[in-house]
Amino acid sequence: MTIHISMKVNGKAVSADVAASTTLVEFIREHLRLTGTHVGCNTAQCGACTVHVDGRAVKSCNMLAAQASGAEVTTIEGLASANGDMHPMQAAFKEHHGLQCGFCTPGMVMSALELKGRFPNATDEQIREALDGNFCRCTGYQNIVKAVKAGLAA
Amino acid sequence: MKADGIGARVTRKEDQRFLTGNGQYTDDITLSHQTYAAFVRSPHAHATINDIDTRAAAAMPGVVAIFTGKDIAATGIGGLPCGWLINNKDGTPMKEPPHHILAVDKARYVGDQVAVVIAETIEQARAAAEAVEVDYGVLPAVADTATASKAKASVHDAAADNVCYVWGHGDAAAVDRAIASAHKVSTLDIVNNRLIPNAIEPRAANAAYDKSSDSYTLYVSNQNPHVERLLMCAFVLGIPEHKVRVVAPDVGGGFGSKIFLYAEETVLVWASKRVGRPIKWTADRMESFLSDAHGRDHVTRVQMAMDGNGKFTGMKVTTTANVGAYLSTFASCVPTILYATLLAGQYATPAIYCEVTAVFTNTSPVDAYRGAGRPEATYVVERIVETAARDMGLDPAEIRRRNFITTFPYATPVGLTYDIGDYHACLEKAVKLADYAGFPARQAEAKARGKLRGIGFSSYIEACGLAPSNVAGALGARAGLFEAGEVRVHPTGKVTVFTGSHSHGQGHETTFAQVVADRLGIPIDDVDIQHGDTGKVLFGMGTYGSRSLAVGGTAIVKAVDKVIAKGKKIAAHLLEAADTDIEFKDGVFRVAGTDKNVPFASVALTAYVPHNYPLDKLEPGLNENAFYDPTNFTYPAGTHICEVEIDPDTGKTEIVKFTAVDDFGNIINPMIVEGQVHGGLAQGIGQALLEGCVYDKESGQLLTATYMDYAMPRADDLPNFTVGTHVTPCTHNPLGVKGCGEAGAIGSPPALINAITHAIGVRDIAMPATPERVWRAIQSRA
Repeated sequence: MTIHISMKVNGKAVSADVAASTTLVEFIREHLRLTGTHVGCNTAQCGACTVHVDGRAVKSCNMLAAQASGAEVTTIEGLASANGDMHPMQAAFKEHHGLQCGFCTPGMVMSALELKGRFPNATDEQIREALDGNFCRCTGYQNIVKAVKAGLAA
Repeated sequence: MKADGIGARVTRKEDQRFLTGNGQYTDDITLSHQTYAAFVRSPHAHATINDIDTRAAAAMPGVVAIFTGKDIAATGIGGLPCGWLINNKDGTPMKEPPHHILAVDKARYVGDQVAVVIAETIEQARAAAEAVEVDYGVLPAVADTATASKAKASVHDAAADNVCYVWGHGDAAAVDRAIASAHKVSTLDIVNNRLIPNAIEPRAANAAYDKSSDSYTLYVSNQNPHVERLLMCAFVLGIPEHKVRVVAPDVGGGFGSKIFLYAEETVLVWASKRVGRPIKWTADRMESFLSDAHGRDHVTRVQMAMDGNGKFTGMKVTTTANVGAYLSTFASCVPTILYATLLAGQYATPAIYCEVTAVFTNTSPVDAYRGAGRPEATYVVERIVETAARDMGLDPAEIRRRNFITTFPYATPVGLTYDIGDYHACLEKAVKLADYAGFPARQAEAKARGKLRGIGFSSYIEACGLAPSNVAGALGARAGLFEAGEVRVHPTGKVTVFTGSHSHGQGHETTFAQVVADRLGIPIDDVDIQHGDTGKVLFGMGTYGSRSLAVGGTAIVKAVDKVIAKGKKIAAHLLEAADTDIEFKDGVFRVAGTDKNVPFASVALTAYVPHNYPLDKLEPGLNENAFYDPTNFTYPAGTHICEVEIDPDTGKTEIVKFTAVDDFGNIINPMIVEGQVHGGLAQGIGQALLEGCVYDKESGQLLTATYMDYAMPRADDLPNFTVGTHVTPCTHNPLGVKGCGEAGAIGSPPALINAITHAIGVRDIAMPATPERVWRAIQSRA
């Protein structure tokens, strides 16, 4: 069964006929070819696929594309400004070496950004708790926490 | 110091693409006329394959092709090779049963590939794979390391007792004498728990065949594309090497698990010619759990003999190591060459003997995982050293001080020669950073709150910079272990460097550029590093064993020095001076003692526009390559101290402080080095507290095959680490570097377990020390 969906992705209107079973991450990666959003588990545990749907951080492997129809979706590709300058949270990850292999990074940044609304002055503990849905196998998280703290303050 | 040169905290060049979603990992690559593969995997740990019926699957929508092990065997394709020959104590070679790229007669572990389905979409491939009917004859499984050699069932007919080899190393008689005459012998039975690497990017491959050139391109998530190509072409598929290009693009973490040549990508390359279209496969997470090579899995008895002063006089180690169902690429050397040779640790123990029995089981292949053999050795040494201190009533720092090696070079009784180190310096710095002196007060304060505090040490050493080829060859390596580098100076003086090392998080694009920029006296932005493509890089042995900078970096330095040497000749011509009078500093060639000079970029331009050039003596161009084969291993070493607080009611362990002081030799980029240490510590702490791969001993089913069952370290499981360094430059490479990628994972598990056993007053606790295990240990003590 196919279903017609339309949404705004990174500010751009998109629409498509997709199989009803298409997940949001499949739609983003395979249909829109926005491959910055990654799949690490497909079971909503690793967080590599985190995007924003109407401002909320969502694991896009566990949401159907159809459920996001009508929504505003932001992916990692949508953060930098038009002239290419990175978002302050992205810049903070670079400055504080909050990434190594880069695979978990887009999801990590999207999760971190959502904290801005919830804990603008987050402590290390709050950041660690808030990021417990995002695995990183490389960094040991210490520099991610540092980066998120700086990114929230920026 | 140059602001972006050696020793500077330079932010990473690669971060821009990773942070903006522009990284390109294997699964991000979709080719024209792409097809998708799904593997049919055995649900049984051990079963005969009586029949495979593909008719229903073949009729399903979108199916392009289905191949079984028999289809592949019929084309005369060999199995996956093992890269290291280990001989038994009696000199006979290890058992090397065939490892078909699709199982032919038998499936030997849950997840073993028995067929591949290729279809227009991944959904169609997976649906059809479900419809392939395999008639299995289920056999008894062998799934327990300790008892495998006594099991009734045999994983391979060629190894009826499931023993791959029994290998001995060291002087057994001398150790027996030391034990017989010892003041005290401490004994410990320990298990190094099996781990699943879990790079967050699952393994993936995309293979394409081009009919017009009769050549193949393989994109694969891999740590060493040249080795992948060599093994696949020369030992398995019989395709001429120059007809295959292997590209390992951005790779989302490896930790050892992406060193190896796996069956999946080999099948894809083979099938791509038959299908005539590109084939992509990306593991789902459960496939990663089932089919990535696992790590560790040792069962060990260790005995340490001491004199009355706590000086070590002899150590005996007996280990059973699980290699899984088949020998993976480096499986045989991990529990032998990379293990027993490290058992001296930082200590002047005069006699050491180690015997290793490697066993086949009906489990996933076991191979190198961050540290590979050295964490297992360190766990043995540092657990028995701490236990020995307790048995002797000595402070754990003091027993180490009494036994440290202090003169260099030092030849250990297990075959290595440490070139340099200062173990006392690292220990004393760690003791200070950890405020060891204040521990009794903190312990008393915790006790007043009803909590148990403990502190544990680990003074590890590792052999990195793998490896001197002649030494490795004499020990059974079937390949060289040098590295290659090429420095291509463009006419404008900008530089592209090609390295056989591969970066999958280590930051080579920055660190290597710092080295080159520093040596050439040019801005780091003028230097780009290329890696991971056999079509671009002349050769390479890849990244593992903390070798990239010490071996790959040195190859680049050698190539840079050749560029400078040629540049001096060109400059001498331009400046009308003798070659020997030219010096090169800060990017400028100068006639020594004069102000006559020519900048690097002008020399480069002259090399490519040779209008005024010594064409009778020199070729035009400025492009040099170099191979570097190290003369020794490097020996990073350090002391880690872990302090824990345990809630006796719940058994939950909190790491209140983790201190790591490491000697990595000279440091190129301290920011990157700290990051490597943090990441290694997280994996070591994961092993000690959280992660455990569990197979059902009867059925051989993997019980920890999802993130619900296998505890990965999350942000709120880990503390902030206190890290420091002490530098003794490596004596035998020009950068004086040793390697830092694995130290954290090597040093930390024994420090943590020593702290827990100290806190609760038990001799041993199994890893991972879960709250349940800790709570039970506390109860057993009462």
